[in-house]
Amino acid sequence: MTQETDAAMAQPTPDATPAVPATADGVTVEPARADGVTADGVTADMADGDPRAGADTGVGGSGDARRILTLVARREITVRLRSRAFQVTTVLFVLAIAATTLILDAVGGSSSTRTVAVTAADGRQAASIVAAARSLDTDVRIRTVTDAAAGRAAVLDGDADALVRVTAAGGGYQVTVKEDLPDSLASVLTVAARQAALEGQISALGGDPAMVGRAVATAGVDVDALHPRAHRDGTRLLLGLLSGGLIYIALLTFGPQVAQGVIEEKSSRVVELLLAVVRPWQLMAGKVVGIGVVALGQLLLIGVVGVGLGLGTGELDLPAGIAVGKVASALLWFLVGFSMYALLFAAAGALVSRQEDAAGVTTPMIAAILIPYVVGISVLPASPDSSLVLIMAMIPLFAPVLMPMLIGIGSVAVWQVLVAFGLTLALIAVLVWLTGRVYGNAVKRSGTRVSIRDALRAT
Amino acid sequence: MGDGRLVIDEVSKRYGDVVALDAMSFDVRAGELFGFVGSNGAGKTTTMRIVLGVLAADAGEVRYDGAPLDLAMRRRIGYMPEERGLYPRMKVAEQLGYLAQLHGFGPAAARRAVQSWTERLGVAERRDDEVQKLSLGNQQRVQLAAALVHDPAVLVLDEPFSGLDPVAVDVMSEVLRERRAAGVPVVFSSHQLDLVERLCDRVGIVRAGRMVACGPVEELRDGGRGLLVVDVPQAGADWADGLDGVRVRGREGTAALLELADGVDDQAVLRAALATGPVREFRHRRPSLAELFRNVVSAVDPPPAAAATPGASVPAPAAPPESTVTPTGGTS
Repeated sequence: MTQETDAAMAQPTPDATPAVPATADGVTVEPARADGVTADGVTADMADGDPRAGADTGVGGSGDARRILTLVARREITVRLRSRAFQVTTVLFVLAIAATTLILDAVGGSSSTRTVAVTAADGRQAASIVAAARSLDTDVRIRTVTDAAAGRAAVLDGDADALVRVTAAGGGYQVTVKEDLPDSLASVLTVAARQAALEGQISALGGDPAMVGRAVATAGVDVDALHPRAHRDGTRLLLGLLSGGLIYIALLTFGPQVAQGVIEEKSSRVVELLLAVVRPWQLMAGKVVGIGVVALGQLLLIGVVGVGLGLGTGELDLPAGIAVGKVASALLWFLVGFSMYALLFAAAGALVSRQEDAAGVTTPMIAAILIPYVVGISVLPASPDSSLVLIMAMIPLFAPVLMPMLIGIGSVAVWQVLVAFGLTLALIAVLVWLTGRVYGNAVKRSGTRVSIRDALRAT
Repeated sequence: MGDGRLVIDEVSKRYGDVVALDAMSFDVRAGELFGFVGSNGAGKTTTMRIVLGVLAADAGEVRYDGAPLDLAMRRRIGYMPEERGLYPRMKVAEQLGYLAQLHGFGPAAARRAVQSWTERLGVAERRDDEVQKLSLGNQQRVQLAAALVHDPAVLVLDEPFSGLDPVAVDVMSEVLRERRAAGVPVVFSSHQLDLVERLCDRVGIVRAGRMVACGPVEELRDGGRGLLVVDVPQAGADWADGLDGVRVRGREGTAALLELADGVDDQAVLRAALATGPVREFRHRRPSLAELFRNVVSAVDPPPAAAATPGASVPAPAAPPESTVTPTGGTS
């Protein structure tokens, strides 16, 4: 197990690296449009007589705190939504998801359903072919043609994959194809031909083919697995890895944006102006909430488009309720993961005063986001039950990326998810206090990098 | 109580072993322009940051209108930090509107205030430009607009005149006078002493974290140790060198500028001058604010003689009751 993981971690993942620079650019890009004023519309205008909104709610009260928080968060949202890079990446993500689904549908859809042409004279055979196809889990459509010539024409035109006629001897089929007979269709037709021959013999012996058919149909193999493996298939694996992967990309995109936003306020010294009227926790919380809303909105859009198209085209071979549930739980995990990392990124950003120093303080968080992703996508496709991944998924820092993967695949028990969720929430509660303290103490200090110990100690 | 005064009361702050503020005290009355002067590192910025609550004081209190300043009251202060700060990538109007709302304005009132202040300060046509695209002078105007946009009840401006062109200095001065007329206590720091002298009702000179001289400019000048101007054209350049308790501080044409130690009789100096020839001019000159300031600053590094005589280089103890004068010891 360990060897396998080491090998997996050593091999770089092709799609992990490009995601980082492409999205990291986004933060520094400035708003591109000239219209719109942040002040517009959201809060109701105050009466003309008293310009101060706070006069009614009582400045410093909880209503006022919420108003300030809303103002700060709304500024963050406006700035991010206007960022050209954000707009471009969102469109690209949605296009990529849509294109993937539609291409899968176009490629896979044509080959999965076979059309068999049957002459009107041989209409009886249609039922046996369909029954045989169903027993072999193959989709076959019957196309009734007037005569053999019309059938041959349909095969040549590609409207049908094969023309089936009962041979004069009555014991088999004469199949006409354009180039060759697909394996799946060959199996179906062989079963159907044998069935037809069997029924002929049963009738000849004076029996009832329908009765025999029923008896045969009910006989089967009943498997009793002692250690059953959960049902796994490619769709679930894909859904799991995509959920985890998107969360990973979103955390790596929006987490550092929190740090950069904090540093921007410090390096431009605007924080001095803000802190005269806003408490540090309001500034920090407003930033985290604002960027979180933007990130969640982007993921939600991608999720809705992906699941919608997947279910619509039938490529997402899951009951709609389960698919939606898995995506919803992935969004919840993102929310929790973002809260956790955003707090850390905000505190880290407060320690430095220049964007150039950002890397020095954000690297630990970036590594903590990267590691579970790399482990997950390397290990899970081969061994979805990996206990190493499961153990890592229980660690709060790794859970937001790994749990959605495991939930998607279906290789984790509900209690394990709940425990991991509870642990993560507990860590967030600790972080709110800890990072709030570091941020509050460090954000007012400009110049050299503030050490974490100093930031924790200062009052 | 209820007098609209901003009172800085015995505020102290230290960073490790460095004393930044040592029981700093002064007050700014409603409708008064208060000039806050002192050399770099004297504690002006630290004082202002403590008033704004950006920095916590170790001891002492800041009160407005009789009550200690809290966050709600601080929202009504207009503040211009020493290190100018605005979001570089935010548009001027949005930025000012945002700040007005943070200070408690509703959106419509904020828009109106942004409109009028950008027009008043001559940056109306730059409203939709990002701050980083503005010239430094215009950024400065936007910064002042940020301090004024929420109709503050108190103005605290750290070096508002630095980096302004003469036209902007006039606009700024006029705005400050106008706020004073509106009954707002205004305190600002500056190194441009002529401006301070011209604008301010009262001045506080700060040295090493203490207020060493505080009062109306005229009274400080009256109380300050002036120079004796003695013009004896026919005397040698060094005629005054041998006089006890007299230091030659410079020359103006043929006149000598003399500083007299405490207790030295100026009539004795006059007699000494007459002994060398006819005296064309003999008068006391009041110190300018700049000279007062220089005296205070030079006391940071007191010569042994001056250290032995407390208050040697600060305005004389005979200051009028209006002004507070703190003798400086040899401490630094």
